[in-house]
Amino acid sequence: MEKIAIVGVGQTTYERNKIETFDELVFEAATKALKDAGGEIGDIDNIVTVSNDFWDGRTISSMAIQDAAGSWGKDISTVEGDGSFGALYGMMRALSGSFDTTLVVSHMKGSESIMNLITNAMFDPLYQRSLGIDATSSAALQARSYMEMSGATEEDFALVSVKNHKNAKNNPHAQLPMDVTVDDVMKSKKLADPLKVLDCSPISDGAAAVVLANEKGLKKFKKDPVWIKGVGHTSDSYTLGYRDLARPRALEAASQKAFKMAGIKDPLKELDVCELYDAYSYMELMWYEGIGITKEGKGAELIKSGETGMDGSLPVNPSGGVISAHPVLVAGLTRLIEATLQVRGEADKRQIKGAKTALAQGINGPCGQAHCIFIVGT
Amino acid sequence: MADWKESVENIVYSGRIKVPYKWYVGEVGSRFLTGIRDNKEFWGTKCPSCSKVYVPPVKNCAECFVLTDEWVKVKDTGTLESFTVVDYSHAMQPVKAPIIYGLVKLDGADGSILHMIGDVKKEDLKVGMKVKAVFADKREGTILDIKHFTPA
Amino acid sequence: MGKRVAIVGFGQTYQRSSRKDVNGPELINEAVRAALEDAGLTIKDIDAIVIGNMDHFEGVNYVDSWSVEGSGGVMKPIFKLTTGGTTGSTVAMAGYYHVASGMFDRVLVIGWEKNSESDTTGAIVTAFNPVWERPRFGGAIAGLAVEASKYMHNYKVTERDGARVAVRERLHALNNPYTHLHQEWMKSMEIEQIVDLLITSEENQMLAYPLRMSDMCPRTDGAAAAIFASEDIAEKIAPKPAWVVSTHNRHNYALLGDIDWDSNDTLESASKAVFKDAGIKEPFKEIDVCELYLPYSYAGLKWMESIGFCGPGEGPKLVWDGHTDMDGELPVNPSGGVMSSNPIGATGLLRVGEGALQVMGKAGDRQVKGGDVKYAFTTGFGGCNWADVMLLGKKKPS
Repeated sequence: MEKIAIVGVGQTTYERNKIETFDELVFEAATKALKDAGGEIGDIDNIVTVSNDFWDGRTISSMAIQDAAGSWGKDISTVEGDGSFGALYGMMRALSGSFDTTLVVSHMKGSESIMNLITNAMFDPLYQRSLGIDATSSAALQARSYMEMSGATEEDFALVSVKNHKNAKNNPHAQLPMDVTVDDVMKSKKLADPLKVLDCSPISDGAAAVVLANEKGLKKFKKDPVWIKGVGHTSDSYTLGYRDLARPRALEAASQKAFKMAGIKDPLKELDVCELYDAYSYMELMWYEGIGITKEGKGAELIKSGETGMDGSLPVNPSGGVISAHPVLVAGLTRLIEATLQVRGEADKRQIKGAKTALAQGINGPCGQAHCIFIVGT
Repeated sequence: MADWKESVENIVYSGRIKVPYKWYVGEVGSRFLTGIRDNKEFWGTKCPSCSKVYVPPVKNCAECFVLTDEWVKVKDTGTLESFTVVDYSHAMQPVKAPIIYGLVKLDGADGSILHMIGDVKKEDLKVGMKVKAVFADKREGTILDIKHFTPA
Repeated sequence: MGKRVAIVGFGQTYQRSSRKDVNGPELINEAVRAALEDAGLTIKDIDAIVIGNMDHFEGVNYVDSWSVEGSGGVMKPIFKLTTGGTTGSTVAMAGYYHVASGMFDRVLVIGWEKNSESDTTGAIVTAFNPVWERPRFGGAIAGLAVEASKYMHNYKVTERDGARVAVRERLHALNNPYTHLHQEWMKSMEIEQIVDLLITSEENQMLAYPLRMSDMCPRTDGAAAAIFASEDIAEKIAPKPAWVVSTHNRHNYALLGDIDWDSNDTLESASKAVFKDAGIKEPFKEIDVCELYLPYSYAGLKWMESIGFCGPGEGPKLVWDGHTDMDGELPVNPSGGVMSSNPIGATGLLRVGEGALQVMGKAGDRQVKGGDVKYAFTTGFGGCNWADVMLLGKKKPS
């Protein structure tokens, strides 16, 4: 099968209460990505935008920004889910024979709405929504399940927050670069037990874009390609209670698919860096297990070993991760961008030396229902 | 040209989206909810392929992708599989914080049902504890006909 | 360099104004099982799923996550697309790209809507810019009424011409057991009589001049599913699959005020691109049947011109001469079209699926050309004059 490359990346800074409108954010990310690729909108054959109607407060949310994404006279479509799924669709379109280059751009302004109400609307209106469940309270149920299964403690979760907020200090785009201690996390305000403020990602605004090209399309651009070596996506069951929240089998399936495509047999050894979707601190430990860099139940052991720290053998989230900046729908695409920057050697202060193969994760749906895994490399 | 940005007043426009909905529960779900409303009973459906009993009931088993064909009555007692104490309040919550949510595996069902846990001290909550359904006095055919689950 | 792709199965639920007996995921499940049965496949054979609808129409955020238990998506690759009215055709195009990429061989595409559960206008109004447009906007009809008025003004088109299209759609619907509106009373009357009745009856309310209730599409609950397969296996699954010859779309506009009301330039541009790919030079002669997304009657006149089936202002003559009826040279909407059934998230997919049934020779009482259909031309519409086009064909494209 032909290969697809990521040849341009662009992201806005992630922060709360950005003044820019959706289309201004999309335009900013898209133009940055095109500039990074050394091309312009005329070099783009087709576009995939990513947005969500509830978050944007408008039906057909894509309509608000399509022209800012360069849609005039071009084939265009919209994925409603995490940006990583948008990138996957953009990749399919560039492989289909109809197009050589795809621009994928995702945007979100969490500040414009009340997160709890919007995520409550994710839940089944028949049996769950009227209970008032939302992203944080459902995540708390998952965290508790995981604690029961693995023996992990709140202090173990806090280690993720400590590591990632510190890493964010090296990332000019991140919203919450901070030095926090385990004690700070443990003392932070309780939201939904066992989750406290510092276990949770912030409300963020921002946009991100990538330019994808097949081998023919690459000729239009100037940047050296980063190849998509493997990709996989899978969704688990929806109803909270019908699936084992402590065991991310969908992540396992998606990762295995990506590893197989990339020819990776031992991820812990063969990956140089990972960008995982830690919307909540405990998730990073669960995702270690899901992608197979440690055995089931051993996530806490892995983080305590230091192997996933900046000086470890497999650094996770040198960018600061999602806990440091969480524009929903964008964050998975940001992980892909960070992974790309790492293998290019362009990650500045957060660069992991000699990184050649990186993994990026996007998630969609409550409690990490669906996952999309990319393996990129030079 | 760019200096106009320094002195512009950034306007914020507030609004709400009010779109009314009425969701059809479907025949299967209706039997479940009326069973609770009228008889304080829990009914689930069983998959002929994997034998899983689902509460709330489903018309098709998601894992096997076949239609369920049998109704099974399950107990109103169960085991607490997970819980959380929520300390914040928002418009969509039925009671003011603190609210306790739990996943309850009813005796006779596979998988668990999401609901609130009430009449319990936070410190006493434990995964694995036995709980029992408490029904609302006024029941209207919604999931809130169950008032909450409480330690059995 | 890209696989060739064919539709090998299609299923739809009965479309009704409200399906009280099922919730959303259960409705989807019906369509999925119908499509699998049509193709002779099981859910295990499906490599990936694509689904779409409009969130605010069901009031559920992350609808793809919510419906996964009914769609067959548990432990499968699945994601969601949504582009308003074009959603159904957008997901069809996505099914095509999934397979054309070479990454998946059998892809299930689902479009659905339970319009009965929401206030459609209330939800649609939120599609428009909250600061500039929404405070004054009146729902989907307003834009269409403006387009119709301008068209009538430009070419001396009359209300009778619009009504003639409505009558065609509703007569065709009588052959389609799945569709929503079955206006049986039309059977016993001549076309001219029905047209006269529609434009004079007081019961046929004027909504926004020149549009009456009969000129518009209904609100419907329904779901549809199609299975796209790669060239390596398509013919093993379906003896006469419907090959995707070409597909393109244009979603040029974001604000209603920017649209050029004199022409449907997006539909024109997308159609031209498809005809070019297919080497079609005389669309009216070379296309055998159309399933067009006509949300209202005058579109059946004006948009025929935009697509290139006739010249500007010639739409009415094309229709009155009977060319677009079941036994005409270019039957349009043998299914009854959007004006007979509009489960919005599925509507675009119904056009593609109905087109596929025509090519496959499986369209039952609504089959045209004795089953010998070389090309079926299908379109999707939504948003600000967005146009999606998919051309299906009997022969595997070279």
